[in-house]
Amino acid sequence: MNTQEKITKVSIIISKGSLEGIYPGLIMANGARAEGMEANLFFTFFGLDAIHRSRIDRIKVATVGNPAMHMPTLIGTLPGMSALATRMMNKKMEALDIPPIREFIEMIADTGAGLYACKASVDMFGLAADDFVPQVKDTITVGDFYDLAAGGQIIFT
Amino acid sequence: MTTMTMSGTEVRLNAEGFFEDPSQWTREMATEMATADGLTLSDKHWQVIDFMRREFLEKGTGPTVRVLGKASGVSIKELYQLFPTGPAKTAARLAGIPKPKGCI
Repeated sequence: MNTQEKITKVSIIISKGSLEGIYPGLIMANGARAEGMEANLFFTFFGLDAIHRSRIDRIKVATVGNPAMHMPTLIGTLPGMSALATRMMNKKMEALDIPPIREFIEMIADTGAGLYACKASVDMFGLAADDFVPQVKDTITVGDFYDLAAGGQIIFT
Repeated sequence: MTTMTMSGTEVRLNAEGFFEDPSQWTREMATEMATADGLTLSDKHWQVIDFMRREFLEKGTGPTVRVLGKASGVSIKELYQLFPTGPAKTAARLAGIPKPKGCI
């Protein structure tokens, strides 16, 4: 163990709505709780899809504009490519015991982490509290977020 | 590695306080470690600790929190109430098995 002061609290912002944009923040929040840290998750812009009742089960891998997919952009645009890449990735993650996003969100809420939606994005997309899964505690402003994050580390994804 | 005397036995622990040799573990040692952590072990705590040990002896690695929540008979919510400093990590240490390696 190092002698540096340990991190005791993290607030993680999820701003993207693709599968690869959502999972890292979820894994970090869950991992923080597993280490006994306090954790909050703040969903903003397209990251709101991760807590949206009807979109949560349809999160896809981005196959276009992603050079690390190692496929020509034109191939990535073919119908079904994103669905195929998503299926492959979901299979790999299930093998590693990484749950699907809906189950992961439920699990993270059960660990005691706080899940929040960003008010500016909710207003911009014309959403309301009942558009979200029940694990979301509240829709909060950026000011509220900073209050919640006080005394901890902030991670933007 | 450090050594520590628990229930009259010299036990080898790694830097994070996990057992180097799970076969040195006894139930009295778990109670002793829990007391040092400020935890009083209830039947539910034992249910988790016993499950951790069983899984480790069968599979060679401790279960993740997800597996604990699904198979130990204790829900994830309850696991975090029982072990506020992290259920998989704390229960593994009390069960005398290595720290679970996964990210989940």
